[in-house]
Amino acid sequence: MRVTLSVNGKPATIDVEPRRTLADALREDLGLTGTHLGCEHGVCGACTVMLDGLPVRACLVLAVQAEGASLLTVEGLAGEDGALHPLQQSFTEHHALQCGFCTPGMLISALDLLNRIPNPTRAEIRSEMSGNICRCTGYNSITDAILAAARSLTQKD
Amino acid sequence: MKPAPFDYVVAASPREAVQYLADVEDASAKIIAGGQSLMPLLALRLARPSLLVDINRIPGLETIERISETTIRIGTLVRHRMLCAQTNSPLLHEAARWIGHSAIRTRGTIGGSLAHADPAAELPIVAVAAGMVIEVMGPSTQRTVDAQDFFIGTLENSLADDEMIVSVISPLPERWGFAEYARRHGDFGLVTVAAAEVQGEVKIAVGGVGSKPVRMLESEGLVNDSVTLSGQLIDQAARAAAASVEPNGDFHGSARYRIGLVEELVRRSLRQLGSGQADSEVDWS
Repeated sequence: MRVTLSVNGKPATIDVEPRRTLADALREDLGLTGTHLGCEHGVCGACTVMLDGLPVRACLVLAVQAEGASLLTVEGLAGEDGALHPLQQSFTEHHALQCGFCTPGMLISALDLLNRIPNPTRAEIRSEMSGNICRCTGYNSITDAILAAARSLTQKD
Repeated sequence: MKPAPFDYVVAASPREAVQYLADVEDASAKIIAGGQSLMPLLALRLARPSLLVDINRIPGLETIERISETTIRIGTLVRHRMLCAQTNSPLLHEAARWIGHSAIRTRGTIGGSLAHADPAAELPIVAVAAGMVIEVMGPSTQRTVDAQDFFIGTLENSLADDEMIVSVISPLPERWGFAEYARRHGDFGLVTVAAAEVQGEVKIAVGGVGSKPVRMLESEGLVNDSVTLSGQLIDQAARAAAASVEPNGDFHGSARYRIGLVEELVRRSLRQLGSGQADSEVDWS
């Protein structure tokens, strides 16, 4: 089936089987391998992307369901000039990644969190990010990074 | 972890959706709404439907309307995120908050959660406690089912192969309580309790102790027969609930542990029902 959608601001058309998940379509059909697949059944959060401005598990959405949708993946976070998004910058500065496998999902979930709660407390961050699993167990530095990014983003506004 | 092949159609109306279901000869077509329960089943190949009927683009099913002073109608496509945001039913707001995580609540729907009939899921438990009525459509039929009769067993509901949930009618409880315990934030609860008073009658439903939400009839009797909800009566009702359940143990928690949870969570939900305070605001010391 033909699916037309927008990914990181650019139009894209793919031809996929109905059973193709959005996560596989992003990686295999569009070559956007930044979105990672861990559990492939909605538990680990690694494949979290924004669909029409709201976070979804890309492994729990069919590519054919994304017809006409506007997606944001980790590849779309940095600016046109390659400048890192404040969240990405903060993750780097606070050592919020070790192996990096969970990071794309962490960044998108953190973006959703800051969209809803611009000034989160540590407890709110821990609660809101609990759907993203990090097996390097870097949760404290991830929390530090999100907290610092929230501060830098709200100071800019 | 890739689904088996299936065909896929987008339905434009509920009638068209159920006609698609009826037209599949081996009756293996499935409705897909938010997909937050069905997609894992497909990935694990526990479900191998020949056809998926997508209802996400049907207009008008994603609304909550007040149909009387004390009742709301919730469209089948209302997402958990919207249940969290609405203010008509504080009980549904509180219960929906406990479902999964933000990315799950974005897509998951009330109709999907009820149809999936997971005995540990929040919404089926609330549906039974609040006495919700489920509005169902088939190719040539329209009927309503009480939530109490809708759930048959684990992942088993009373829908025919060619029927779908169109909406849910929910009474707005005068008083309510909700308590859940899970090992990790966002997981299914080991035990979940919802208590709701509708037109002066309290119902208590418990999840995680059987193949569907289980009513605590003896506890309800104690509460409904008494004029005031004293601490002593709540303790008595909580013990009666614990004595009435026969949960299975698994590696998440032994049967005895779950029975202990039933007692404590029934106690908490009834205290909340009595005080009108959310669980987190109550001092349990």
